[in-house]
Amino acid sequence: MSTDKKATVAVIDYGMGNLHSVAKALEHVADDNTQIIVTSDPAVIEAADRVLLPGVGAIRDCIGEMRQQGLIPVIQKAMAEKPFLAICVGIQSLMAHSEENGGVDCLNHFAGNAHYFGNDHKDVDGTQLKVPHMGWNQVTQTLNHPLWAGIEDGARFYFVHSFYIIAEHQEEVAGTCHYGHDFCVALARDNVFAVQFHPEKSHKDGLQLYKNFIHWDGKP
Amino acid sequence: MGLAKRIIPCLDVDNGRVVKGVQFVDIRDAGDPVEVAKRYNEQGADEITFLDITASSDDRETTVHMVEAIAAEVFIPLTVGGGIRTCEDIRRMLNAGADKVGINTAAVFNPEFVREAAERFGSQCIVVAIDAKKVSGEGEPDKWEIFTHGGRKPTGLDAVEWAKKMVDLGAGEILLTSMDRDGTKNGFDLGVTRAISEAVHVPVIASGGVGNLQHLVDGVIEGKADAVLAASIFHFGEHSIQEAKETMQAAGIEMRL
Repeated sequence: MSTDKKATVAVIDYGMGNLHSVAKALEHVADDNTQIIVTSDPAVIEAADRVLLPGVGAIRDCIGEMRQQGLIPVIQKAMAEKPFLAICVGIQSLMAHSEENGGVDCLNHFAGNAHYFGNDHKDVDGTQLKVPHMGWNQVTQTLNHPLWAGIEDGARFYFVHSFYIIAEHQEEVAGTCHYGHDFCVALARDNVFAVQFHPEKSHKDGLQLYKNFIHWDGKP
Repeated sequence: MGLAKRIIPCLDVDNGRVVKGVQFVDIRDAGDPVEVAKRYNEQGADEITFLDITASSDDRETTVHMVEAIAAEVFIPLTVGGGIRTCEDIRRMLNAGADKVGINTAAVFNPEFVREAAERFGSQCIVVAIDAKKVSGEGEPDKWEIFTHGGRKPTGLDAVEWAKKMVDLGAGEILLTSMDRDGTKNGFDLGVTRAISEAVHVPVIASGGVGNLQHLVDGVIEGKADAVLAASIFHFGEHSIQEAKETMQAAGIEMRL
């Protein structure tokens, strides 16, 4: 068995801050034959076996940085051909549009938009709900998918966000969550999977999802 | 089914070591922050907060290494507070693996720092810590004021108004400590907790005064807190986090078990 060629996971660094936790969590679950590379180099991303698109901060800055660093073509190419995982603002950047920052056009990989919960967000019984949606919420798995392997339906993941996804194609919704109303927290199509929560902060279930990603062949 | 309320154990750290004695069975070196963080993580802590009480800024590098070591092994949110005065301080802690930073005194002396920090790093990682003390007398309408220097110096700032201002400037969360209750084991000041939680749209963490598990329940049900922070009841093995969560769940609070 050859061990000189390691499988690589590129974590795209587009200058939006701390990727330490994402990289550490991937390293924690990676076997000896997998290498985690935090990079902004299009050539490295293109050569990687798997690509992870993280997201922190506001959408305008995220999309702006991706564009300025010339990363959008390589992100789109990766989404067309290899296992690809987007997290948090990463999922929002794959939608058509986000309401954040007065409205920002995004990469339009998934049909649908990101909407603001609002400063007057209420539960079904009228209780005032805090925004951001911050903490551990239960994720209902609405699709059978290799990335959910070994994770119980209804497991809790850690969220921090004020904008949520409304997807146009129900068949692409892989997971939902309830906060005032049900909303989409995971999307899947072909070799692309995207989640609203932070697997790297979600204890064992989050690590399991990363482990699944590292072993995923990109087939739904 | 929905969002769970959070339990956050808090550790005081001096020069990279956990101080104020944390005692667990089976841990030989209770001062090792990585060991302590791992133990709380195993018990089901929803987040962990470190309060850096390192006196010398030269020793802060040690705190940075400590955060790095913990973040490599503990995969739940980590907050670091204490001594955060500049955007450079924040950047170093976030790069080391902290998810949020707590800003306290610096916000009182320079509120614009909160805006600057939120704009640069995002509100999601800016926790403004508020130390409040009740200043109204018997029979007067409730009033709480912001104090600095461990509760010794009054600022004249109304705690509820201050919390609203901090959120307007970009705070993503409020860590509210009652200086009257801190260390008393008499329970949270539920009045100020509720007043602030109902006045702001961001989550509020109640802190100061936890002496038993019922206090945690009261903080959420009566104080309307989104999360509860405690130190000593967990440090000395009196109660485990799991036990606290079970008690809260039995009281009808949604928890991550």
